[in-house]
Amino acid sequence: MNDQVTISPTTLSLNLTINGRTQALEIEPRVTLLDALRERLHLTGTKKGCDQGQCGACTVHVDGERVLACLTLAAQVEGRSITTIEGLAGEDGTLHAVQAAFLEQDAFQCGYCTPGQIMSAVACIREGHAGSDEEIREYMAGNLCRCGAYPHIVAAIRQAAQELRS
Amino acid sequence: MRDFSYLRADSVEAARNAAALPGAMLLAGGTTLIDLAKCGVAEPSTVIDISHIEGLDAIDVAADRAVIGALAKMSHVADHTSVKSCFPAVSEALWQAASAQLRNMATIGGNLMQRTRCPYFRDPQNFPACNKRAPGSGCSAIGGATRSHAVLGVSEACIATYPGDLAVALVAFDAEVDLGGRKLKVEDFFLAPGATAEQEHDIRPGEVITAVEIPGSAAARRSTYIKVRDRQSYEFAAASAAVGLELEGDGRTVRDIRVALGGVATKPWRVRAVEEALKGKPLDEAMIREASELAMEGAVDHGANHYRIALAPRVIARAILKLGETA
Repeated sequence: MNDQVTISPTTLSLNLTINGRTQALEIEPRVTLLDALRERLHLTGTKKGCDQGQCGACTVHVDGERVLACLTLAAQVEGRSITTIEGLAGEDGTLHAVQAAFLEQDAFQCGYCTPGQIMSAVACIREGHAGSDEEIREYMAGNLCRCGAYPHIVAAIRQAAQELRS
Repeated sequence: MRDFSYLRADSVEAARNAAALPGAMLLAGGTTLIDLAKCGVAEPSTVIDISHIEGLDAIDVAADRAVIGALAKMSHVADHTSVKSCFPAVSEALWQAASAQLRNMATIGGNLMQRTRCPYFRDPQNFPACNKRAPGSGCSAIGGATRSHAVLGVSEACIATYPGDLAVALVAFDAEVDLGGRKLKVEDFFLAPGATAEQEHDIRPGEVITAVEIPGSAAARRSTYIKVRDRQSYEFAAASAAVGLELEGDGRTVRDIRVALGGVATKPWRVRAVEEALKGKPLDEAMIREASELAMEGAVDHGANHYRIALAPRVIARAILKLGETA
């Protein structure tokens, strides 16, 4: 880390459980989970798009549910289990069914929104909200793709949902 | 975002004590507070994290009453089987709000404390005048771009739209908010701006929302929430209506009807004039459309939001007709 860290009187010592590992952090209370992941822990797979809760690029799982890391304080999730895109594939590198389906369906162009799309899609399927294309579109509305790859994203989620069901 | 000190409350009592500290703000899901802190609108000196208080997220639904804990997540309430069957308008208002991620974060108590999306309110650097942020400073919206602003319950001090969906369904069914020491109607919990735009809720320092209670009714069981917006999903309402309907044994005469509007008013807006005009009458499209126009009594537009005066009654009529068809 080459950024200068000023220890304010309010610095917090946190232990966050990320992708099954405990990570110790010294941070100001205002630091979001997104900034903690990217700037402190160098887990840059989680993307910063709008940083205002509007685009979904920063989607991660907390206790298995999809949330926005940009509107979550790191301090708030101490004691919870956090999963990022880096923690989705198997230990041996085997891709998650949703990751594989995104590749197969070419469900991206520039790729910036993709980690958020995939984290959101994994949860969308798990919630049981991927029953039809219409339902997928509704329950994936919080993930914007400025390249407009939506038809392929829907196809990838449809495919992965079928595979995970069978 | 200005820094703040962070405290975790592990009980409602601890939260109440901490909430009384000057400059303290409660943090539940964070979807309003962290967002507004980034905009420079909220500047808490202390953030009290109440999201880890145990037992405050229960959802208890019986035929005569639903009690929803303040920390229940929007998504969990929306998908709750008994909420869907006994209070469909509540479930529909919730799943049509925000995005799946935000609904997994935002709580029912926090939802009631959601602030307006008025772009002038959210931009203190470019628009210092805002009676909500700085009482007496004026209103930048009046005379500005008003396409998304309210037409009902407005004042010379403020025309900011109440943006939420859930509370619209709650006021339709006489829900109450439990503040621990006192309970009040959700309808009274929200305050129209009048001359005091900065006061949006009847909540006092040290008070914490613990639950929302919704009385069960035949109208609540046969209810719906229709939301019309600029895009199909993930958008605030241009106009929305929560409607509940109970018919007499003949299957066509209105015994009870509840109507509330969202997206067009400064607070969740119950429209009793529409209800009274239809009670005891047989369902008839022309009469429904005529009665729905009564909702706009006293409406004031500021140019670009004029279309909402035409839109809102149509949304009400559509909701009533939809419920009538399911007879």
